[in-house]
Amino acid sequence: MTPLSTDESACTSTPPGLDSLCRFPCLDFFMTSPSNRLGAGDPDRHPSIRGARGVLQPKHRRDLAVCRLRRIPLGRCRRERKLRGKTLSPGTKAARQKDDQFSRLERCPNKHMDETQEIIKEFLIESNENLAQLDLEFVELEQRPNDQNLLSSIFRTIHTIKGTCGFLGFGILEAITHRAENMLSQLREGQRRLTPGLTTLLLETVDIVKNILAEIETTGAEGSQTYDELRNRLQAACDGQDPEEPAAGEASAAGPSEDQADPSEPTRDAAGQTPADETFQGEPQPEPTSQDTGEPAEPATTAAESVAGEASSGAGHLEAAASSKEAAASSRKAPAETRSSVADSTIRVPVGVLDKLMNLVGELVLARNQVLQHTTTQEDAGLTATSQRLNLITTELQANVMKTRMQPIGVVWNKFPRVVRDLGHAAGKQIDLEMEGAETELDKTIIEAIKDPLTHIVRNSCDHGIETPEQRAAKGKQARGRLTMRAYHEGGQVNIEIADDGAGIDPQKLKQKAVQKGLVPVDQAERMSEREMHNLIFLPGLSTAEKVTNVSGRGVGMDVVKTNVEKIGGSIDLQSAVGQGTTIKIKIPLTLAIIPALVASCAGERFAIPQVNLVELVRLETGGGGQQIEWIHGAPVYRLRGKLLPLVYLNKVLELEGAGLDEEDSEKAAESVNIIVLQADDKTFGLVVDGVNDTAEIVVKPLSKLLKGLTCYAGATIMGDGRVALILDVMGLGQLAHVVSQTREQTHVAREHQADLVAERQTVLLFRSGSAERLAVPLALVDRLEEFPHSQIEQSGCRRVVQYRQQILPLIPLAELLSLGDSAAETQDPVQVVVFSEGARRMGVVVDEILDIVEETISIRSRTSRQGILGSAVVSGNVTDFIDLHYLIEAADKNWFGGSQDERAEGARVLVAEGSSFSRGLMRNSLEMAGFRVIEAGTTAEVLDKLKQQSVDVMVSSLDLPGDDPSDLLASIRVVPDLCGLPILGLANTAEETHPQPGAEYQFDDCQLKFDRDSMLRSVEKLAAVVTNRQPVEQRG
Amino acid sequence: MSDAPGTRSEQGNTKTRQYATFFVSDLFFGIEVLNVQEVLRYQEMTRVPRADNVIEGLINLRGQIVTAFDMRSRLQLGERETGETPMNVVVRTEDGPVSLLVDEIGDVIEVSEENFERPPETITELARETLEGVYKLDDRLLLVLATDRVLQLN
Repeated sequence: MTPLSTDESACTSTPPGLDSLCRFPCLDFFMTSPSNRLGAGDPDRHPSIRGARGVLQPKHRRDLAVCRLRRIPLGRCRRERKLRGKTLSPGTKAARQKDDQFSRLERCPNKHMDETQEIIKEFLIESNENLAQLDLEFVELEQRPNDQNLLSSIFRTIHTIKGTCGFLGFGILEAITHRAENMLSQLREGQRRLTPGLTTLLLETVDIVKNILAEIETTGAEGSQTYDELRNRLQAACDGQDPEEPAAGEASAAGPSEDQADPSEPTRDAAGQTPADETFQGEPQPEPTSQDTGEPAEPATTAAESVAGEASSGAGHLEAAASSKEAAASSRKAPAETRSSVADSTIRVPVGVLDKLMNLVGELVLARNQVLQHTTTQEDAGLTATSQRLNLITTELQANVMKTRMQPIGVVWNKFPRVVRDLGHAAGKQIDLEMEGAETELDKTIIEAIKDPLTHIVRNSCDHGIETPEQRAAKGKQARGRLTMRAYHEGGQVNIEIADDGAGIDPQKLKQKAVQKGLVPVDQAERMSEREMHNLIFLPGLSTAEKVTNVSGRGVGMDVVKTNVEKIGGSIDLQSAVGQGTTIKIKIPLTLAIIPALVASCAGERFAIPQVNLVELVRLETGGGGQQIEWIHGAPVYRLRGKLLPLVYLNKVLELEGAGLDEEDSEKAAESVNIIVLQADDKTFGLVVDGVNDTAEIVVKPLSKLLKGLTCYAGATIMGDGRVALILDVMGLGQLAHVVSQTREQTHVAREHQADLVAERQTVLLFRSGSAERLAVPLALVDRLEEFPHSQIEQSGCRRVVQYRQQILPLIPLAELLSLGDSAAETQDPVQVVVFSEGARRMGVVVDEILDIVEETISIRSRTSRQGILGSAVVSGNVTDFIDLHYLIEAADKNWFGGSQDERAEGARVLVAEGSSFSRGLMRNSLEMAGFRVIEAGTTAEVLDKLKQQSVDVMVSSLDLPGDDPSDLLASIRVVPDLCGLPILGLANTAEETHPQPGAEYQFDDCQLKFDRDSMLRSVEKLAAVVTNRQPVEQRG
Repeated sequence: MSDAPGTRSEQGNTKTRQYATFFVSDLFFGIEVLNVQEVLRYQEMTRVPRADNVIEGLINLRGQIVTAFDMRSRLQLGERETGETPMNVVVRTEDGPVSLLVDEIGDVIEVSEENFERPPETITELARETLEGVYKLDDRLLLVLATDRVLQLN
């Protein structure tokens, strides 16, 4: 009876995992009729190897296999497999971890590498399930040797295994199954009849196949056994010999015992006997395996019948038997032991049940809310106490049920060692993968959703991030690259970090690419900060790869990653340092089923707004002196901290009652206006509602298909009072209100976004020179940072110079000029130089040390009378002096502008009107470097004075000039006949302000961002050119 | 719904069918009883702004969110008189339960198949689209509603 017993134990040790138990009612039709089962033998099993995947509930996935066998009759497994198409392996975790040993898999080049492992898992499960069924079929076949359907089913099973293992590169297994298949094919075609001897031989083959599968599962390889003897016997049988002959009988006996003797196959013995004894009716089985084979048919049949009996009489019996079997199995080998010990504490539960449970808990939470609401009006102390208790229990229950849906992120991560190894191998790179926090748990749906983005990022890191060992050695790094994945909980969210120590991403290269592909206009790209440049990688169509490899580089990747992460309410951020590596950080919520939301009311209806989209709440008291809603051609806007926030009236968008009122009327009607500032797709808008009620944890329920067309709703939920409330889809709402463009104009959005950043923040270069510990200069003025060895510095007259880019670069000793005392620059080697340029001319300022480049909002705190210093400001928490570049240049080289001295006389006169002397200084610097003559004015009064005193070609005015309102200033200038044609460039602090003010009587001729030097210069040049062209005309007139 | 005459022979010798009946305006409708999940009094309803005006709103049916269809507007039978509250006939569909708002609930009646007849050609297209057929009862006509087609919105 060995075959069966071996088989059963093998089944337990290499358990067929069930992906997700099907949602059909349990149909125990096991052994009812052969034709039924034959139906399950799908004509082609190959497709089932790769089908829908991943429905398996995680925490059970590890080890459920054993459990599953325990609880579910085999027949049902089969049925389920058939229904579900594919399986995932729990039991093959060991195999998964030993990925590296699957080196032979590389023989199949046309297969996606990381999927191979998945396929092996499925192959194992599938095969084990099939084999389990095969035993029974063989036995049945003996009774009805001519049953063609049965034979076909057996044949198909063997054929499937053969085909798959050939495909996966398991040679030995393939050879064995191939011979078995040959023999079966003879049987099927009626060339020979089944004899007990043949059955024994075939069953034995099945056992061997199971052994090999077990070996594959634990070690990842077939093992050293080649089973030549069995192959020979099979071959012989195919050649027409009947293995029933005594000689063959002995031989068959010798086969397995030989296997058992082999130290590489220590499991066989135990696997062969022990469990069987306990499992099958405790049927006495004193004889060792080898003696059994003499008359195998009878006991095998009995056993099979017993299985059948148990199965049909209900799962309970089998369950009991299986658990004892399991106990026996646990002692068999180490991996099996760990598995079953975990299995004892876990139960496999269909995902559908958990979903239902989750729904019910959702209901319970709602009912609880209602009860609590109700009890506040009651005075029954008993009721109050009970409802408190109900409250506590419900909360706890909710938390625990949520837990059942949690999966460790390791479920997804487990495949990465293999991915990384394969990619590294393919690219000739050595990559170590480190994973921290694989046990961090996430909701199942989220795990599914982040799988692909994570894979993409990992591939990117391996393919583009980490360099080849040679490149790394050249950079002085360790030859082995390192990829670190970390996951951890933080503030109700899960953070996932993927960091590599590779080449990093060159922001300039990204910028170039983006400009090249027209994703970002040149001028915008020019003033991007490094971080902004890095985030360009998320634009669609951008790839940094020089060439497209089969792994990545097609430019459809990071944008998809971002979209996917954002779809589940997450965010993604990238940080990179050239030469040091790249870190990608993803933040995702723990679950999607229950979300925090803000409840708002409008026209008597309540709406829930997911908090993910919520930015802030603004309440406007009408009639007060504060900011009010303004209208641009009927479109309401609100100035939120100086920026125009487009407003959307919820009642209008949703066509609720009260929407018929005229714009201003509706606003006036209410005493106050509630604005919910929302973010959708990088666009911010304000949603005007009647009231903001509360925040609540809501259970998201999908809307009926009948309402699917309404993109403004994300679903519905039941509120505490039992009424239904709709959940707004902020994105859809934005589209409906035309706030968010229907087709995502990413570049446009990105541009706007950057412009805002540039306007609000300034990037400055911090450095040290002599006694001045912190000096700063706006980075926009800096051309390059260089290091020159002392040996390169030459003397030219009284100046020190270096040859630099086919030019002579004058070096200006900053410490000396500003009398900052001794400078380390004298002794330092190499010398640190900040290079400034104007057209083709360059100048180097020697400093002691470059400290940092920071980007922040800088407000000048004090002005100074010190020569060469424009003023002081607090930068990164420290007082920092801003150097006056203009002074430096003048002081160092009177002839700096020498070459263009005449031009300068010709140069247009520009009146710079700017309140801050520091900013004014910067503008003067820029304008003078561009060859303009600059007149300065600090207030509106001063502007008017200066304009009267001298002729000005172009005026550059800040919009926040102290004194009158900019529009008033404009008006007072425009009314002067001489000045009505004066081109005026407005400098705004934010991108919004640069847009023309609709309805204003007088407009600026142009408007630019204040700290955007290039745009300002271009604009001034353009305006100056207009003046020179126009003047003759005016004179004629 | 399998009200088509062809499928009816399965009913055996009795050749009768049971219909849950209700009134909309002055018309007497029926839906096969097996397709009706339950009948409810008027429920508090949450409107769905911007939805087709046939959709009256959403009701909370023991934790399940059910879409309510106003049969009057679906069948273009005019407005319900103010003060009259409709009843919910909750029917089972592939997409979960849907509630039909009707004026008044009638009995569950058993009808003989012999009395079934296809709707006449003369009726409007809307009526033809929404009706499966007509049972000629002694005192009135029972209009068999084609639920799946009624619930299809363009």
